[in-house]
Amino acid sequence: MIDKILPSAEAALADIPDGATIMIGGFGDAGMPAALINALIAQGASGLTIVNNNAGNADAGLAALIKAKKVRKILCSFPRQTDSWHFDKAYRAGEIELELVPQGTLAERIRAAGAGVGAFFTPTAYGTRLAEGKETRRIGNRDYVLEYPIHADYALIKADRADRWGNLTYRKTARNFAPIMAAAASCTIVQVRETVELGAIDPETVVTPGIFVKRIVKH
Amino acid sequence: MNKLDRNQMAARVARDFPDGAYVNLGIGLPTLVADHLPKGREIIVHSENGVLGIGPRPAPGQEDGDLTNAGKEPVTLLTGGSYFHHADSFGMIRGKHLDFAVLGAFQVSIAGDLANWHTGGADAIPAVGGAMDLAVGAKQVLVMMEHLTKAGESKLVERCTYPLTGARCVNRIYTDLAVIDVKPDGLHVVETVEGLSFEELQRLSGVPLKRLATAA
Repeated sequence: MIDKILPSAEAALADIPDGATIMIGGFGDAGMPAALINALIAQGASGLTIVNNNAGNADAGLAALIKAKKVRKILCSFPRQTDSWHFDKAYRAGEIELELVPQGTLAERIRAAGAGVGAFFTPTAYGTRLAEGKETRRIGNRDYVLEYPIHADYALIKADRADRWGNLTYRKTARNFAPIMAAAASCTIVQVRETVELGAIDPETVVTPGIFVKRIVKH
Repeated sequence: MNKLDRNQMAARVARDFPDGAYVNLGIGLPTLVADHLPKGREIIVHSENGVLGIGPRPAPGQEDGDLTNAGKEPVTLLTGGSYFHHADSFGMIRGKHLDFAVLGAFQVSIAGDLANWHTGGADAIPAVGGAMDLAVGAKQVLVMMEHLTKAGESKLVERCTYPLTGARCVNRIYTDLAVIDVKPDGLHVVETVEGLSFEELQRLSGVPLKRLATAA
């Protein structure tokens, strides 16, 4: 019998090693898996590479992970915000490496990883410093930049409901990066508001099919 | 002259959206446009984080942390609205499905190059978000900005000195002084605010401007 539902976040995160690449869902607080991030800080893995749209807001969640000095590198589109003080401090101190990626390119690189695409050409950033050193090609009458997928060892995401097979639904704009991160990571761990019986989620409304999910924690 | 304030600029931009338009409003000044959408037209507001059909701001106490815009501000959803994931959201942008994107700017060049993400300062922490995707992806890229910097320098320039967001991507510029179209042969003034002559706008702008045939 398949049962991906685990008793605690601690159990779900126990095997994450130092140096892992971890995608963390969420756009600001919407969709941020706070319970999983707190458990990750407690678990103690360090030297992490983190993929998220931002670099932490205020003092909780990803910001707390950065404050705890667990992050070696971050891939994101928008690190600098009025409340990104923990990132700003670590970045200025040279303690954290930043790979700045345009938001749509970040999303598509994640999707490419989950979809088995080896690379893709995008018009975004052509002619800007974020495309410097990258391969380009003129296709038709437009110029494109070659971009590669971003794979991860783990994805930590938040969903609304899950069944024991790992089928997921989300709530409003909290969905954001979660479905594509779920597909791009070798091991996807989901924090959900509610677990339901198999069959309780209408198959027509499943957003992330269970094949992309390894572990589920209700929180 | 009667310089436009921020709300008047927003209303001026909104006036150009036809019924049925799909629009993305950038963070900051462009977000104000949502408060001035012309009544009687159905205009669908997209936000990068994965929503189409953003409605008015929620009433105090009615905010939902799971329903926000790209500026992470609480919003509401219109009847008929929809949610989708980030890759689909940017597919809509890059795939030329949005009719208009309204973006702020540090500088716009006479060729329509846009600089709005980075001052280029050595100690500045860069942040780009979805600006580069919107700059290449929307059918029409509209810039909304003050005409002059706080130091009184024109934000219309021969060549951008700040790092580019996109090359030759801007279609129209709305400032507190004028509406200007970017065409292959340069900048065409569509209109100026009351009490501002073309000649005075030309002097303030510091780059060559053309009179649109229909402009006063």
